[in-house]
Amino acid sequence: MVYLIIKELSPSSDEVFIVTSSLMKDMNSKTDMYRANAIRVLCRIIDGNLLTQIERYLKQAIVDKNPVVSSAALVSGIHLLQANPEIVKRWSNEVQEAVQSRAALVQFHGLALLHQTRQNDRLAVSKLVSSLTRGSVRSPLAQCLLIRYTSQVIRESSTNTQNGDRPFFDYLESCLRHKAEMVILEAARKITEMDVTSRELAPAITVLQLFLSSSKPVLRFAAVRTLNKVAITRPLAVTNCNVDLETLMSDQNRSIATLAITTLLKTGNESSVDRLMKQITSFMSDIADEFKIVVVEAIRSLCLKFPLKYRSMMIFLSNSLREEGGFEYKKAIVDAIVTLISAIPDAKEIGLLHLCEFIEDCEFTYLSSQILHFLGNEGPRTSDPSRYIRYIYNRVILENSTVRASAVSTLAKFGALVEGLKPRIFVLLRRCLFDTDDEVRDRATLYLQTLNGEVAVGNTEKDVNEFLFGSFDVPLANLEASLRTYEPSEEPFDISLVSREAKSQPLQDKKAPGKKPPAGVPPPAPVSAVDAYQKMLSSIAEFSGFGRLFKSSEPVELTEAETEYAVNVVKHIYESHVVLQYNCTNTIPEQLLQDVTVYVDATDAEEFSEVCLKSLKTLAYDSPGQIFVAFEKPGRVPATCKFSNVLKFTVKEVDTSSGEVDDDGVEDEYQIEDLEIVSADYMLRVAVSNFRNAWENMDPESERVDEYGLGVRESLAEAVSAVTSILGMQPCEGTEVVPSNARSHVCLLSGVFIGDVKVLVRLSFGLSGPKEVAMKLAVRSDDPEVSDKIHEIVASG
Amino acid sequence: MMGSCPSVKNILVLDSEGKRVAVKYYSDEWPSVSSKLAFEKSVFVKTQKTSARTEAEVVMFDGYIIVYKFIQDLHFFVTGGDEENELILASVLQGFSDAVGLLLRNNVDKRTALENLDLIFLCLDEVVDGGIVLETDANLIAEKVSGHGLEGAGSFTEQTISQALATAREHFARSLLK
Repeated sequence: MVYLIIKELSPSSDEVFIVTSSLMKDMNSKTDMYRANAIRVLCRIIDGNLLTQIERYLKQAIVDKNPVVSSAALVSGIHLLQANPEIVKRWSNEVQEAVQSRAALVQFHGLALLHQTRQNDRLAVSKLVSSLTRGSVRSPLAQCLLIRYTSQVIRESSTNTQNGDRPFFDYLESCLRHKAEMVILEAARKITEMDVTSRELAPAITVLQLFLSSSKPVLRFAAVRTLNKVAITRPLAVTNCNVDLETLMSDQNRSIATLAITTLLKTGNESSVDRLMKQITSFMSDIADEFKIVVVEAIRSLCLKFPLKYRSMMIFLSNSLREEGGFEYKKAIVDAIVTLISAIPDAKEIGLLHLCEFIEDCEFTYLSSQILHFLGNEGPRTSDPSRYIRYIYNRVILENSTVRASAVSTLAKFGALVEGLKPRIFVLLRRCLFDTDDEVRDRATLYLQTLNGEVAVGNTEKDVNEFLFGSFDVPLANLEASLRTYEPSEEPFDISLVSREAKSQPLQDKKAPGKKPPAGVPPPAPVSAVDAYQKMLSSIAEFSGFGRLFKSSEPVELTEAETEYAVNVVKHIYESHVVLQYNCTNTIPEQLLQDVTVYVDATDAEEFSEVCLKSLKTLAYDSPGQIFVAFEKPGRVPATCKFSNVLKFTVKEVDTSSGEVDDDGVEDEYQIEDLEIVSADYMLRVAVSNFRNAWENMDPESERVDEYGLGVRESLAEAVSAVTSILGMQPCEGTEVVPSNARSHVCLLSGVFIGDVKVLVRLSFGLSGPKEVAMKLAVRSDDPEVSDKIHEIVASG
Repeated sequence: MMGSCPSVKNILVLDSEGKRVAVKYYSDEWPSVSSKLAFEKSVFVKTQKTSARTEAEVVMFDGYIIVYKFIQDLHFFVTGGDEENELILASVLQGFSDAVGLLLRNNVDKRTALENLDLIFLCLDEVVDGGIVLETDANLIAEKVSGHGLEGAGSFTEQTISQALATAREHFARSLLK
């Protein structure tokens, strides 16, 4: 009992030694229990130095006859591995012996420890696996471990050889017939996760099917979960189990039932869909909200797979909308309906009507606004838009102010896009002018005046619509930051100065707390940095004539870490100039640098000619300074070149204690790395929210299509990221993420080229043959020349 | 690779109202006491309506798999990550709950558990060490625990006479209290 308390209290290293001596005595005592516990406690509380002292005892303990003692020592070894890996690795001989031992759990712990120490050495792991698969493994736990390691080896070996021989695959298959259920389950799971042919997959699926009808809920649950995962990638393999899955739908355990339904939804074919829908309707009333959301998502993907069946699914979704449910649930349903409407043109009329009926008594403001906005986009394009006006106008009369404001916007959209309805809409909008809420009145006035033509906005009606309803291409976060820094003055706020760079939000995984740290808010630093650069550069007289700053790159390190002078450079691109800003830091306290300049060798770059150079008067210890070098280049041409740089300065000794500076200094040079200006520097990463719309809106004349072979690449994901970085454009709609095991991928990129030319790129990648990647590139932009240039960049990259 | 070794995130013993009897956490995902209590509450609420008396049941939420069993008025829960093998967790649950049954001489209810809290904690310690499964055989666990608590009194299974005396004492005390 005392041992428990010591473990819980975990004393600090000063107090520890009081306890350690008695614990060390215990380690050699006769009673094995004390030895085991003493070992475990000691290993919890000591640090590296003390560990070497007791190492001898630990090694003895590992090979002790009593399995309790050796298990204790091995488990402590696993924990110590995190902190003191080298020490633990020295025990490998003893651990090897332990792995051969007869006691079941000792083998398990020994195997775990051995694997952890040899994790990074692939050859050692495969040797370990091969020796054990031939030998006998006693405990089921050890078997499971072995299965996991085996599948790891198979996975790693198959990345090298295409038609990888599966040396250990037979072992996995034999495990399917093992006595212990956990071994069978583990083996089946690992087989399904690997890339196997259908024939090899079949025995695993049969085994899982047997589990489905077991009496133990845990088994059923495990089997259904695994089948669910398989169904995502290989629905055909799971169809045999459909009958069992249908019986599971009425299982007592609700998780099992939901998983069974979602699996059925994934594997169903067109004929069974109707039957499934009927069964699901009766099922939905039983289950809790979060299960319902899962089912709705599954129905959505099913409908996208079978577009012809949209009618029954629409009915189902709209019925679910009418029932009781929480916000998340209703939101999921609305999203599903919206997706169906966008994907299946036939479903539009029905879907919109259902949504209209829903907003009649929807209690969630957010959903009502979302639906009204969506109605505004889609409604005018239908055959009879006037049908929806009644629903929308009712919102204006009945609901709260947020919803009223959205309804006014929607009415205006209808009026703008549908000529015939304009006069009627005006009548309705005029009534809104008397509303109690400011926002509603403002919007009504705005729309009335601009649509009536009373206030001139642009020349044509198209301009008006663009102004009122066009998408806002400035990210909100940047706009907010710029507005904050804007001080009221004579100059109006210039929205074009707001940076359009959107920081890509890292995807937040649901498993975040356990596996990865949650990706918080994107750092606001880049936004302010760009604005700061703009301010700083425009304050320098020589550069103010260059015009608007197009793009500033990220700082590029030109020296390695821990050198005497740390230099990084930021490239600022203007229309016909390039300014290189060298940020220098002096890390030597005894030196003071004066008259610091950078000599840039531009002999390789014919198109660039140096215009001016701003040097730094002094560079003291630990205070960074900037040196600017400006180059002129032909306008709008994405010139690429390499610059070699040498830092030149006069160095003076400084007495660190008194701070006095020596009078005479020595001239010196410091070579730093070369700098390349690449075509990606001329491209701003700008995301587009709706790629398809933007693509349609671009001039098809400017489209250029070509095919390239990219040669042998590590993986599809690697090829995608390589091309994206060469072009320097922003991936849209999450297409930069390539699902593993994908044989082809489409990536959508957007950006703004120098000269403010919008560019959109559609890349299709395919794996042809082993590892050979072929790519088809389609470019559209505002300027056909730019499209050609993009192809040049890729061809040379 | 992180998930290679099967690991347990926590073991909970709650009473019939969801309050703690004995809990042990082996992972850092619930850093504060309040987050632990919140987790226990949500687990209890989710499993309240089901019945897990004869067989162990399983539930999944929030990215965790929880295997659980109800014995009289105590609820036992074992939690693992969602990539974990559920049967391993089930065997841990089985070993732990059976060992507790042996130690409490089959009076697995809240009062006995609270009276023998030290045995329960020792038992928890012997089943899982820092997340790694140490032992799943209930007999072995019970032996280790009793060998611990009763110094040199010999193996648990040999204590039949003292066991009989203790049971008799309990019955006597209960009849007096009635």
